[in-house]
Amino acid sequence: MQATADRALERAWAALEAVPDPEIPVVSIRELGILRDVRRADDGQLEVVITPTYSGCPAMSQIAEDVAHALDAAQIAPYRIATTLTPAWTTDWITDEAREKLRAYGIAPPTGNCGGGAASGPDEKPITFMPKLPAPVCPRCGSKHTERLAQFGSTACKALYRCLDCREPFDYFKPY
Amino acid sequence: MTTPTQEHLAYVLRLADTALILGQRNTEWCGHGPILEEDIALANMSLDLIGQARLLYTHAATLDKALTGRERTEDDYAYFRAEREFANYTLAELPHFGPLAGTTHSANDYAVTIVRNFLYASLMAHLWTALLRSADPQLAAIAERSIKETRYHVHHAREWLIRFGDGTEESHRRAQAALDWLMPYTREFFSTDAVETAVAEAGIAPLTAQFESAWRADVQAALDEATLVAPAPVKHVSTGKLGEHSEHMGFVLAEMQSLARQHPDARW
Repeated sequence: MQATADRALERAWAALEAVPDPEIPVVSIRELGILRDVRRADDGQLEVVITPTYSGCPAMSQIAEDVAHALDAAQIAPYRIATTLTPAWTTDWITDEAREKLRAYGIAPPTGNCGGGAASGPDEKPITFMPKLPAPVCPRCGSKHTERLAQFGSTACKALYRCLDCREPFDYFKPY
Repeated sequence: MTTPTQEHLAYVLRLADTALILGQRNTEWCGHGPILEEDIALANMSLDLIGQARLLYTHAATLDKALTGRERTEDDYAYFRAEREFANYTLAELPHFGPLAGTTHSANDYAVTIVRNFLYASLMAHLWTALLRSADPQLAAIAERSIKETRYHVHHAREWLIRFGDGTEESHRRAQAALDWLMPYTREFFSTDAVETAVAEAGIAPLTAQFESAWRADVQAALDEATLVAPAPVKHVSTGKLGEHSEHMGFVLAEMQSLARQHPDARW
C-alpha cells in the first residue's frame, strides 16, 4: 500500500516537473518555488500544494489549470490542488539552476537575500522601508553598472533596469 | 482559533474594503498614467491591493458562514453590497482630482494619488507587521503575504513624494495641497470603536492607535525630506469605516459594480 502511494507521488512529481511558469516559460513552477509540495492529505488523497507569488498574481488560476492538465495527461487521479499562503513565497526559494536560466533568458535574477519567507517570523524586526540591495548585474554583458528605470515592470514580480555599459534595458526579478 | 464574532468579521471586511476601494481608485490611472512606467506601477499596485482584498473577502466568507450559515463569495462582497455596507476608510474613496472636488471638476492630480498611497501604505506597513501575530492564523497568513507588497508600495510612494515636494515650484505646491486635503482623513485610522476594541481583546488585531506615533514619525521623516509641512490637526473624524461615506463613494461603486449587476453570474 505504502509503495503504491509513493509511486503515485513520484509520478506526480515527475509530471509536474515540466510545468513551466506561464509568464516566464524558461523556468518551471517547481524551480520558482510556486509548487510547494505533492503529498498525501490526511484523507489519503493526493494533494498538490501551490503558493501565490503575489496576492494579485494573475497567473495563479493558469498555474492551477496547468497543474491539472499535467496530472490528467499523466493519468494520475484522483487529486486535488490546494493553495497555501504560509510560509509566504519568497524569491529566496528560486533555485540556483533557475537563476541561471533566468539570466540566460535576459532577466536578472534577484540579488542578495531578502530575508523574507520561511525565515521571517513575527519576531523579525519590521522593515518599514526597502533595504538597500546591491544593483543587479546586466544579464547580457555582466556589467554591475546598471540603473533602475522603473520599480514595476512587465509583471508584478519584475522591475525595469538598464545597463549603463551595453545600454540594453532588461527585466530584473525583484527580491521579495 | 476562537469562535468567529460579528466584530471579527466586520474587522476583516474593513481591511478588505479599504484595499479594494483604493485598488479600484488607482486603476483609474490605467492607460492614463503621467508616464508609461507610472501607469504600469499603479496597475501593478492595484493588482496587489485587489489581490489582498480577494484573500480577505474569501476569509470573511468563511467567518460569515460560521456566524450566519450564509454562503457568500468574494464577488458577493465586492459587487452585491450597497454603499452603506462598505467599511473602507474615507481616504480610499476620494477622487484623484483633489481638493477642488465638489466645486469644480479638474484633471486628476498625480500628487493626490502619491500622497494618499504614501499615507495608507505607511499605515499598512505597521498594521500588516502587527497582524503577523494575529490569533487568527488565516489573517496572519494574509499579512505575511501582504507586508512584502506593502513595503514596495511605501518605497514607491515615498520616492515620488520626496521628488514632488523637493522638486519644482509647481510640484511642491500640488503635493502640499494634496497633503493639506488628505491628511485630516488619516484621523480615521486611529479612532477606536467597538469593533477594534473587540478584536484587540481577542488578540486578532492590535488597536491601530497603538502605532499612531510610529506612523507619525515615518510620515514626518518623509515630509521633512520632501520639504512639505503637515497641516494643523483637525477635530473632524471621517466615518467611512462605519459605513458613512463621502459623496464620491457612490460613483466608485457604480463604476465597479454595474457590469457585475447587469450580468449576474456571468463567466468568461
